[in-house]
Amino acid sequence: MEPACSGTPIITIRGLNKTFGAGDTAVTALQGIDLTIFEGEVFGIIGLSGAGKSTLVRCMNHLEKPTEGSVTIAGKALEALPGKELLLARRGMGMIFQQFNLLMQRTALQNICFPLEISGVSRAEAKKRARELLQIVDLADKEKAYPAQLSGGQKQRVAIARALAANPKVLLCDEATSALDPTTTRAILDLLREINQRLGITIVVITHEMSVIEEICSRVAIIDNSRIAEIGSVRDIFLKPRTDIAKKLLYASGRLGESLMGQRCLRIVFDGTKTTSPVISNMVLECGAPVNILFADTKTIDGKMVGYTLVQLPDSDQIIEKMKKYLTLHEITYQEEAYHV
Amino acid sequence: MFNPQMLQLLLKGVWETLYMTLISTVLAYALGLPIGVLLVVTAEDGIKPLAPLNRVLGVVVNVFRSVPFLILMVCVLGVTRFIVGTTIGSTATIVPLVIAAAPFIGRMIESSLREVDHGVIEAAQSMGASNWQLITRVLLPESLPSLITGAAIATTTVLSYSALAGALGGGGLGAIAINYGYYRYQPDVMWVAVVLLVLIVQIFQEGGDRLTAACDKRS
Repeated sequence: MEPACSGTPIITIRGLNKTFGAGDTAVTALQGIDLTIFEGEVFGIIGLSGAGKSTLVRCMNHLEKPTEGSVTIAGKALEALPGKELLLARRGMGMIFQQFNLLMQRTALQNICFPLEISGVSRAEAKKRARELLQIVDLADKEKAYPAQLSGGQKQRVAIARALAANPKVLLCDEATSALDPTTTRAILDLLREINQRLGITIVVITHEMSVIEEICSRVAIIDNSRIAEIGSVRDIFLKPRTDIAKKLLYASGRLGESLMGQRCLRIVFDGTKTTSPVISNMVLECGAPVNILFADTKTIDGKMVGYTLVQLPDSDQIIEKMKKYLTLHEITYQEEAYHV
Repeated sequence: MFNPQMLQLLLKGVWETLYMTLISTVLAYALGLPIGVLLVVTAEDGIKPLAPLNRVLGVVVNVFRSVPFLILMVCVLGVTRFIVGTTIGSTATIVPLVIAAAPFIGRMIESSLREVDHGVIEAAQSMGASNWQLITRVLLPESLPSLITGAAIATTTVLSYSALAGALGGGGLGAIAINYGYYRYQPDVMWVAVVLLVLIVQIFQEGGDRLTAACDKRS
């Protein structure tokens, strides 16, 4: 069950199932999804490839029709809308993609005009708005460039401007940075954050990279095997991941080897309140046994520094107990974990 | 051989060939465009899947395409007579040319439209584009370079069909080449007609290529 949260819901998903195909060849993409996304938040949806996250985001604007369940956007249940009104509802949501999906035969400016043209805005008006948007995404000098002449980051900026053209309330980002290098990714994420803060647009971020979630999201849902495995604030999930999939996604960058299978490890968490003393060194000295540091990371989440260290424990239950006691005594948060990452 | 009479004959041949080819191509394109669009739109992965229509259309197109042009010309003599009032001459040839070229052009348009990336279509859908807007503002403009290349190929194919029609009472350079080269043993006239045909094809092809290059913004 998802935890209660404050605010006005803008996207509400209830009992959503999505199956592709029928009969013996049917494939379940999503099962029993309940999700509420609130106005003005940056919500992350993370999962491995094939987990169903892209299908989920496509259900949000009915590019994929859910097999069962309801999707309500700003008070309107999409499944109840007749065709024409669904098109109108989609205009209230922008979407950007991994492969940018710009119209190759149109210039940057004409691409941004596209959503305005199809909703009947006059050409002159559309151009004026498109120029404003090019300013926002910092590409004012590229209005006459065709997509083929732009870099990946520039293409995504045009795509963002295009997605914002019709003044949407929600921006859906489907792996929007997955085709970009780290520096460009950061710049695009900064832009998305700015859009969220300046324009108050709710942003839904689909990704397979935890770093993207950490960078801009306030809450996150972890999708695994067609279901929501875990949902909560990014900080909570970062500090206390409950499910295997959450841990797997968190440590993905640590490249823990298969050799660690079944070994006893300890996840020592630093939440920004007790990091002045050398905790691990002191623990090792006190207990008279070494630990093996497998992975360590610090992040700034919601403006606060948090970090954790993953240590492999000695092969002695007695020493392990001693170490745990030491940590408890010093009020350090820890979690014992057997690794199967 | 190049007396004024012969020159006039050749000039008339060029004119008739161009007349048949261009009128037929334009008409066949007008018929082929909706065929091609329907084939793409109603396909299983299209924006409005309609399996029965798609299958019927596909079969009809294949039937017309599998009949060799000369035989098709004979098959549709009745239609030609009904529409034009005669089965001889350039205008009469336009009827079988259109019937033969439209399904061919439909397939070419289908393959051009299929080149449009599915993601781009999805993006337009996410912006609330209707199916009609998807066709007129995404599928067709995005595949324009490929459509122009296809149109150039279609034109040269129609031109070669029109030359074939010369064997069955059609006009134009084809008729001249066949009549003088085959029936009258005047190969020199035939060669001139052939060279003129080659030149016309070259011009169409070159023009098409240049137009394609000019409007291709994809790379």
